[in-house]
Amino acid sequence: MYDFAYHKPTSVADAVKLLAADPDARPISGGHTLLPALKHRLNKPSSVVDLSGIAELKGIRREGDRIVIGAMAKHKEIAESAEVQAAIPALAKMAGSIGDIQVRNRGTIGGSVANNDPAADYPAAVLALGATVVTSKRRIAADEFFQGMFTTALQPDELLVAIEFPVPQRAGYAKMRNPASRYVMAGAFVAKIADGVRVAINGAGPGVFRQKAMEAALSANWSPDAVANIKQPADGLNSDIHGSAEYRAHLVTVMAKRAVADAG
Amino acid sequence: MPQVTLSVNGKSHTVEVEGRTLLVELLRERLRLTGTHVGCDTSQCGACVVHIDGESVKSCTILALQADGTQVTTIEGLAKPDGTLHPMQEAFREYHALQCGFCTPGMVMAAIDLVQKHPAGLSEKEIREGLEGNLCRCTGYHNIVKAIAAAQDVMHGRRSELARAEAAE
Amino acid sequence: MNVVAPFEGIGVSVKRKEDLRFLSGRGQYTDDIVRPGQTYAYILRSPHAHARINRIDTAAAQASPGVVAVYTGADLAAIGGLPCGWQIHNKDGSPMAEPKHPVLAEGKVRHVGDPVAVVIADSRERAKDAAETILVDYEVLPAAATMQAALAPGAPAIHDGIAGNLCYDWHIGDKAVNDAAFAAAAKVVTFETTNNRLVPNAMEPRAAIGDYDTTTGEHTLFTTSQNPHVIRLLMGAFVLQIPESKLRVVAPDVGGGFGSKIYHYAEEAIVTWAAARLGRPVKWTADRSESFMSDAHGRDHVTKASLALDANGKILALRVHTQANMGAYLSTFAPCVPTYLYATLLAGVYTTPTIYCEVKAVFTNTVPVDAYRGAGRPEATFLLERLMDVAAKETGIDRVELRRRNFIPADAFPYQTPVALQYDSGDYQSTLDEALATADWAGFEARRAEAARRGKLRGIGVSTYLEACGIAPSAVVGSLGARAGLYEVGTIRVHPTGSVTVLTGAHSHGQGHETTFAQLVSDRLGVPVAQVDVVHGDTAKIPFGMGTYGSRSLAVGGSAMFKAMDKIIAKGKKIAAHLMEASVDDVEFDRGTFRVAGTDKTKSLGEIALTAYVPHNYPIEEIEPGLDETAFYDPKNFTYPGGCHIAEVEIDPDTGRVAVVQFTAVDDVGRVINPMIVEGQVQGGVAQGIGQALLEHAVYDTNGQLLSGSMMDYTMPRADDLPNVGVATHTTLCTHNPLGVKGCGEVGAIGSPPAVINAVVDALRDYGVSHVEMPATPDRIWGIINAGRKMAAE
Repeated sequence: MYDFAYHKPTSVADAVKLLAADPDARPISGGHTLLPALKHRLNKPSSVVDLSGIAELKGIRREGDRIVIGAMAKHKEIAESAEVQAAIPALAKMAGSIGDIQVRNRGTIGGSVANNDPAADYPAAVLALGATVVTSKRRIAADEFFQGMFTTALQPDELLVAIEFPVPQRAGYAKMRNPASRYVMAGAFVAKIADGVRVAINGAGPGVFRQKAMEAALSANWSPDAVANIKQPADGLNSDIHGSAEYRAHLVTVMAKRAVADAG
Repeated sequence: MPQVTLSVNGKSHTVEVEGRTLLVELLRERLRLTGTHVGCDTSQCGACVVHIDGESVKSCTILALQADGTQVTTIEGLAKPDGTLHPMQEAFREYHALQCGFCTPGMVMAAIDLVQKHPAGLSEKEIREGLEGNLCRCTGYHNIVKAIAAAQDVMHGRRSELARAEAAE
Repeated sequence: MNVVAPFEGIGVSVKRKEDLRFLSGRGQYTDDIVRPGQTYAYILRSPHAHARINRIDTAAAQASPGVVAVYTGADLAAIGGLPCGWQIHNKDGSPMAEPKHPVLAEGKVRHVGDPVAVVIADSRERAKDAAETILVDYEVLPAAATMQAALAPGAPAIHDGIAGNLCYDWHIGDKAVNDAAFAAAAKVVTFETTNNRLVPNAMEPRAAIGDYDTTTGEHTLFTTSQNPHVIRLLMGAFVLQIPESKLRVVAPDVGGGFGSKIYHYAEEAIVTWAAARLGRPVKWTADRSESFMSDAHGRDHVTKASLALDANGKILALRVHTQANMGAYLSTFAPCVPTYLYATLLAGVYTTPTIYCEVKAVFTNTVPVDAYRGAGRPEATFLLERLMDVAAKETGIDRVELRRRNFIPADAFPYQTPVALQYDSGDYQSTLDEALATADWAGFEARRAEAARRGKLRGIGVSTYLEACGIAPSAVVGSLGARAGLYEVGTIRVHPTGSVTVLTGAHSHGQGHETTFAQLVSDRLGVPVAQVDVVHGDTAKIPFGMGTYGSRSLAVGGSAMFKAMDKIIAKGKKIAAHLMEASVDDVEFDRGTFRVAGTDKTKSLGEIALTAYVPHNYPIEEIEPGLDETAFYDPKNFTYPGGCHIAEVEIDPDTGRVAVVQFTAVDDVGRVINPMIVEGQVQGGVAQGIGQALLEHAVYDTNGQLLSGSMMDYTMPRADDLPNVGVATHTTLCTHNPLGVKGCGEVGAIGSPPAVINAVVDALRDYGVSHVEMPATPDRIWGIINAGRKMAAE
């Protein structure tokens, strides 16, 4: 790891100031993506801004028909949250399925969503539920937030503060894990919300994406069978030593089916 | 150089570190608590698991400075001062849940957190899934799973001692 | 009051003596050791699979903060290359190609990870910081990353003067006899397979500390080794020219080896050499990423085989052509793995009259390949046990029945195979019967039908295997090209008050020697296990030794202790005879008590020991004081554990994921000293076998980059990938060592992979599949199911 300065601000404003002042500063939340990358010297930040001291970024609460989750909420907290379990059980279950116990004890939703790893879990929930990403500057709709592999609408001096999830009528998630890394090889989050049905696919492609054909089919008939014969084109999907694009395309259908079954 | 103040196994330490110093480096190299091991550089093997404020974490994936103000427990801090082992340590010995011993400290620390998080008890399948973050190359996990299953009963007060678990079999 | 101590000898599951320190964080592994004034080495490694080094500029690194020294191959040119410990001869009698294996690259790099330079600094991170400033001018050359590429016409020459990248072209067996048997066969079955390349990944990454005492000229190397004396011999004699008396090698607690820590590695020589040059201790510890590109890998065979059978399914002949990947250089024991640890095992448990096997060993631009967890025997077993299932399918004979018809009968021992080995004992029908009963083989179809109702494909597979271990008779291996003896050394030191210290040349890195060896002593000498200390892993303490690998510690090392105890008892009898005024011939010894036969006159071992060290009333004219004996034991033969493994799997046809739902092992490992430890050894080996069958694969791309270069891409078996593993033993005694033991460290990894794949193929029986290559990953299985469905639809 290259050495760096360490800052631990106590407010979003101070954190943003630190990030704005130094283009090579990097925020750290749970650190379970950033630190392995730093260890391999893939990244050379001049300073690291620890967000764990900022009270504004913490907490999970229900506000009317929304669940608002602070960026620094840990996977474990989301999995165990009574509010999340009651309102969006699929999200609680997803949080409880990320990585291992130690990752869940440290990793945060804000870190995961801001990083937008194509093989991460949360982006699928954020996109399928039509959530709103609240930042230090603005509110961003999920459809605008995710912009492909490791890319989001966030600007360098913009901090993800919270995510607002509308409480869905139904939602379900299923994934196939990469056998080695246990990240997502192909996953599907399906949700029926006030605006309609949304299906987000993670793991399979270079970034999380919506599966419109499945959304249409589920709008007409909310059942696992409705998506069972919808084939995801393999073009553009990831292909590696763990699975061909064709295999991942196949898994998209299988996982969508299972996600609908999971949603009930 | 920045300073970190933390409690390790009940003893307070203030140490100067670099920004990049990892918690595991602080423990191993500065405090000479070498029971915590490093087995990978991708945060997967779990040989470095310690407890921070009672919860298991991978000390190779936390900056020492991030642990400022916390209570850290390592494998060295588990047994009572008179040498009485923690029920999880005792179960690992009883069920031959270790061979080379390298993954063992992290495995024990992770197992304790796993059991503490499930007061209602874990099935064999849940124990196996709960060990996702800890790799062992020697045992095939069979005896680790058995040890954790036995230890949870003792930890939750369902069995006063392992011998009774044995007798019940 | 007469308190009877609990019996802690042979056959008792004594809890391990070593556990307390490991469970308390008090183990001492190499990286835990800190020497005063210690510096840290970082090895700069080649990012290219094959490149010429035109220039290395280390000026910036030398000036980097905290840097003590920077060395390249030019600085080490005077020292020797890393030696190979086994020489194989080609078919024409000429020796194998044996290119120099430089400690640091000399003019060329030949695999990703090849060491190019070393930076020594006052901290690990500062050494890394400095290493990044080293400028290496590489001229990248085309790489031969696979054996196919290396053997192709016009392939890049990895080493100058080695035509066609061929290390050797070796064979065993009488080809003419073999050809004739095939010509007369009623049925010939052919089979091709690739035995997947594995990365050992012992949980403790390799580490080494060099230390040098400027006043005595003594070098000390602390290293993660399975065999410190072998390292002292290889590094001292061949690389650094340091006499044994000035070189101490310590292998303290070692966190798993599985073969990968047998070999003499460049880093050991670098830190030893640099420490002397700098007059400061130098420590190197591998990152896991470095382990992937610098620990010797395992397996990596490509094989074509044919089996000739008569009309009744009796095997007439076996013919095998294997290509074995050596990697870029010859690791310490690499050449013997695909030859004498592989081809000689091709009779398996069967009465095959003639076997012919050709092996081509090939250099590639990959990490060296050497013995790993079973070494050659898993490859032979996988081939044979898949071939038996393929033959069963093609002949229509039930797969269990086909095996039974060809078993070497229990009354046929000693049994001479056509490929050099003579088996001393075994009972393959019994281990098979017991495994079939335990696994409820007969009830399988009902379980398959039940699984089908849940949408799962269930299959069952059997493997009846044998292996050769207890390595090895020195004269035999010497005649086959080994450059070392493979005896073992044991010292039994009875202290004045009757406690015992055992010094052994074997090395424990998970095997529980401190307990098992203490039990051997307790069983024979009647000393409580708690009063027997086992010392290993330090050339300054142990007379000599060849280390631990090839399931040899008990069969060879334990036998050495047994012989040393013979000497203790013989001397004790003389002392006892003197004290009890009896004839030596009348003194009997049993578990700690010397008795004049037919009388109640006795002396305890403790009394005898005290007398030996306080020789006031002592036959000083006849014998020396003291009770401390050493024995070297050279085995008369290999040992031959064997048995039967049965795997039951369920496949999710939607995802292709295979789950092993039941696993039964019934092994004959000879006499069992500690059943708890034996079961643990087998369970661990089976986990590796399931890992190889379903999960693990070291994959290189065509440029020689290791795609599975971290645990993010190399699938390590986790707890939820594995089932409970039922282990039972069925014992026939080894006939040629005094303990009757055979060895249990590798049977799990050897017997299990074909059982798993046979089960996978069985599960897919409706999809027209005759073989599934390892690892049977979800992607691969789904591909087969998908192709099968397409075929069915057409």
